[in-house]
Amino acid sequence: MARKPRAIPEINAGSMADIAFLLLVFFLVTTTMDTDKGLRVKLPPYPDPNSPPPTSTQNDRNVLEVLVNFNDELLVEKQPLNIEELTNITKEHLQNEGRNPKYSDKSEDAIVSLKNDRGTSYERYLEVYNELMRAYNEVRDEYALKKFNRKFSDLPEKGKSYKEVKDKYPLKISEAEPESYGK
Amino acid sequence: MSKFRKNKKSDSPAINTSSLPDIVFMLLFFFMVATKMRDPKILVKTAVPTVSEVEKVQKKSWVNYILVGPPRDPAQGTSPRIQLDDKFATVDDVQQYIIIKQSEKPEAIRDYLTTSIKADRSVKMGLIQDIKQELRKVNSLKLLYSASGGQVKQH
Repeated sequence: MARKPRAIPEINAGSMADIAFLLLVFFLVTTTMDTDKGLRVKLPPYPDPNSPPPTSTQNDRNVLEVLVNFNDELLVEKQPLNIEELTNITKEHLQNEGRNPKYSDKSEDAIVSLKNDRGTSYERYLEVYNELMRAYNEVRDEYALKKFNRKFSDLPEKGKSYKEVKDKYPLKISEAEPESYGK
Repeated sequence: MSKFRKNKKSDSPAINTSSLPDIVFMLLFFFMVATKMRDPKILVKTAVPTVSEVEKVQKKSWVNYILVGPPRDPAQGTSPRIQLDDKFATVDDVQQYIIIKQSEKPEAIRDYLTTSIKADRSVKMGLIQDIKQELRKVNSLKLLYSASGGQVKQH
């Protein structure tokens, strides 16, 4: 008995969009587009144990000494300081250009030395680091605005002007070899 | 004016929605590909500090993560621990971890690999310093202190 050829019913694709939307919403919600953010730091290379420790040739006035102790207290140039003032002090140090004998005599040579205790909390350490970075960014911005009428972050990264600002205020935050003190 | 009258008479044609599924599928595939389904097992609490001068990482695949913080499970104590990949680790394991991660990448980009330290704000600097020393020993000098961007609270 031959069967009658049945007409294949057409599949209704109208709800396809709904299903796709459902999946789409699911993936939209689960996707995390977050990128990691934070303070970028370049570590100094590990000292060669065979070579003698480098002796500092830096003039004392060019170094802004910042200490954070285990109680998260701040000591800048041997004076206790509130963290709100750190940015201004650092900016003064960088922009001094030899005026005040306490601070740097050339911005190109200015160094910030950051020392912390093993007991310093990470939060405070980052806060201090952030203030120092802020000082550098503001100083660079001011210079770039004056000279090129643009903010430092708006300058083309491979351009001459970018390099000039960077060379004028080189980011020199030196961190001492770890040691424990103040305990 | 017959031109206009003619237009008014005709019904507005139904919008053809037959290509809607295609568009939606296209979007769907994009998000399917962009979604990272591997949900890393996070064993330590990492409430990162807030800083204002944040920088973003450009290449996510060039970043290795070191998580530091007190364990999520209180049964494992409250003192900060280090997490590498999905396991607890000690400071001594950091070197090995970085070397392995470096060897997985082609030589040309090894110098660009960044280590991101995601540490809880309560962690003491002693531990961070030890990690930093280990990183310096394997010459992995690019470091990122992971932090959330925002206005820093004034005390």
